[in-house]
Amino acid sequence: MKKLKFIAPVIILLLATLIAAGCSSGSKDKKGEAQYPTKPVNYVIAFDAGGQSDIEARRQQPLLEKSLGQPITVVYKPGGGGAVAWAELVNQKNDGYYMAGFNIPHIILQPLERKDAGYKTEQINPVAIFQKTIIGLAVPKDSPYNTLEEFIKAAKEKPGSITVGGSGTNTGPHLFTLLLEKEAGIKLQYVPFTGAAPATQALLGGHTKAMAGNSDDLVKHTDKIKILGMASDQRFKALPDITTFKEKGLNISVSVDRGVAVPPGTDPAIVKKLEDAFMKISNDEGIKAQMLKEGFEPVAMGSAESKKYIEDKAKVFTELFKSVAPPAKK
Amino acid sequence: MAENILIAFQNIFNPMSFLLMILGVAGGIVVGALPGLTATMALALLVPFTFVMDAGVSLMVLGGVYVGAMYGGCISAILVNTPGTPASIATTFDGYPLTKKGKAEHALVTAAFSSGVGGVFGALVLLFLSPPLAKAALKFGPPEYFWLAVFGLTIIATLSTGSMLKGLMGGAFGLLLSTVGISPIGGDMRFTFGFYQLQAGLELIVVLIGFFCIPEVLCMIEKKVGSQDVITYKPQKGVAKSVILELIKKPVLLIRSSIIGTFVGIVPGAGGNIASLMAYNEAVRFSKEKEKFGTGIIDGVAASESSNNAEVGGSLVPLLTLGIPGAAPAAVMLGALMIHGMRPGPELYTTYGAVTYTFLFSFVLANIVMFVLGFYGSRHVARVINLPFNQLAPIIVFLTIIGSYSIRNNILDVGIMIFFGLIGYVTKKTGFQPGPIVLGLILGPFAENGLVQSMLMGKAEGSMFQVFFGRPISIVLIILCLVSVILPIIAAIRNRKGGVKVAN
Repeated sequence: MKKLKFIAPVIILLLATLIAAGCSSGSKDKKGEAQYPTKPVNYVIAFDAGGQSDIEARRQQPLLEKSLGQPITVVYKPGGGGAVAWAELVNQKNDGYYMAGFNIPHIILQPLERKDAGYKTEQINPVAIFQKTIIGLAVPKDSPYNTLEEFIKAAKEKPGSITVGGSGTNTGPHLFTLLLEKEAGIKLQYVPFTGAAPATQALLGGHTKAMAGNSDDLVKHTDKIKILGMASDQRFKALPDITTFKEKGLNISVSVDRGVAVPPGTDPAIVKKLEDAFMKISNDEGIKAQMLKEGFEPVAMGSAESKKYIEDKAKVFTELFKSVAPPAKK
Repeated sequence: MAENILIAFQNIFNPMSFLLMILGVAGGIVVGALPGLTATMALALLVPFTFVMDAGVSLMVLGGVYVGAMYGGCISAILVNTPGTPASIATTFDGYPLTKKGKAEHALVTAAFSSGVGGVFGALVLLFLSPPLAKAALKFGPPEYFWLAVFGLTIIATLSTGSMLKGLMGGAFGLLLSTVGISPIGGDMRFTFGFYQLQAGLELIVVLIGFFCIPEVLCMIEKKVGSQDVITYKPQKGVAKSVILELIKKPVLLIRSSIIGTFVGIVPGAGGNIASLMAYNEAVRFSKEKEKFGTGIIDGVAASESSNNAEVGGSLVPLLTLGIPGAAPAAVMLGALMIHGMRPGPELYTTYGAVTYTFLFSFVLANIVMFVLGFYGSRHVARVINLPFNQLAPIIVFLTIIGSYSIRNNILDVGIMIFFGLIGYVTKKTGFQPGPIVLGLILGPFAENGLVQSMLMGKAEGSMFQVFFGRPISIVLIILCLVSVILPIIAAIRNRKGGVKVAN
């Protein structure tokens, strides 16, 4: 029949595509973990392409492929500040072919503040943590405040008059600002932006008086801003001349940490293999130097260490969140 | 600097690099044409391949892809009323009616030529005017974004061919849709109905495919009761030349749209979708044949396409000078720059001058390449709609499903696309245009973010009035809004007084 002649090629095309798509996810592997991985591994990025998580994954990709001997497929699942990807992560098959980058404090704060984030902090099964970004306080180059003391003094004189921009609500920068208010006994006005780039843009354009920014953004724009302080325990290696809040007697330590996780219940042998691959990258001198240059602190925490780190941070942030979060949470 | 320029020319005209750039443009066009696959995605997929290339060549290729993808979106917009990228939404308004009139090639050639003109304009601005324009971009703060969004919303008036009331309802519906997900300020969950995937809100492209494409496919199925197709394309001689001659007679339209596109591109966050809608709106405003817009005239396609390609150059202005991407694809290019160790800022023009100038000049060329490919390809591409409908419809649906999945690798998006497809079909039957709805969806976040951030600024400064009404750029935007709203009203009153019937 005439109709069949037309429809047939289309159906064949459809079937071929479906089969091809199915093939890449592979058949069930019963050969045992010693040979893992035997097919490409998915590396999910919880944010948009071009962002910091993406750049980091691209940096790791060639080295991971060398260590694991299989291609690494970078997949983007942005949305909800990462929540969509992490909700998917905890529901995936734990066969070791699906891993996702994760961020602290996001994975701690999101389940706290949202009823249906789709996942719980305890479900995130970390393989490694490889990067730390310290939050710092920055003002434009032509700002009247030259030191942290001047900033705090001005805030005391006019409570609520200094706008501090940052990325997101109930995120690292927001928490930092709330902590700063609490420790220094001042009142600031936090202005949330949808990302680091808009917050930086607002600062550089003079629309906000200050910014709570990630260290890599601060390093990127050092020639246009003044950094008044960093929220780390020791001086930040990439910005050794900038004081820490702790030095000034303010107990503020806030960072955004990046790591990678697999679905809960993944075979420990597989986790170890992935962990080794990521640790190798973390201990690579060239990578460490690159990260420092861009304003990151290289970190090499394995699976067990990361799990403990997340638990510790969860305790701290949960308390903080409950005591300091805006009261308008109905 | 002169040696840099010389080196740049040497790099560009190296046969291998030039060929790669052409491939990039061609690849970009294909990706742009497929609904659901966007410029951002194409760039993200290509970036790893460029690691092995040297920085200049990789930027040339990426630039080519960006340019091609922006143009490619018009192909599906014109042929099947589905914007291949959000930047081609406005192209559907006149592009698809042209196809229905059998003038698909006219529309495609118009798009190619306008895209080329707009693209070259944007590229030249990028090359010569980046530093001062970037400074201007910084002056856009939350209040300015708010008023820009309000100005954008006044476009609803233009897009509501037929009933203004339905247009406004559509716009309101669109604004409501834009609230789905986590509120950008305060973090409340809105309208997620328990689906964690909806935390991210509704993805624009998914809704676009639903609203623009599915209703048309369903309508075509309705009309076709086992007999011939309604739309055919018969190649005619000399179409391309006649179209281009006609366009050359309208330089003001092209230049104005290009300026709008470049300017919108420079404002970080505002991308091709807003650029093309605004340019379309202004084309209608300044035209002497307003009623013809929407029925299928090349002016509409020309305005939309020249501005969305001009936007490409504009979006790279704040990226190269400040490291702040003007639009999502530019953000991916930022990633590519960083991976090659190049940091945006004055360094790019000094330390990395050779690479940067290679990129900037090749960018101008890429737009010309795109025009050539589009020009010669139009005739052949237009034949797609001659496919018997019982082949074309399944292929379209197949592509839309893949497209809507691939945006966020989220199966719920496919469901959303189908859901809005059905809603779109109903709204179409009841006289609601998709334009205002989509406009509300796009501008909602800008308006909300701008409003709330400005209110917080006002709270800190102690004066809401000053923040909203006391800033120079805001004042200009407010005036534009008022003009945009009042002029049509005055025109309508004058028409009525003059006894001339107004077809409303």
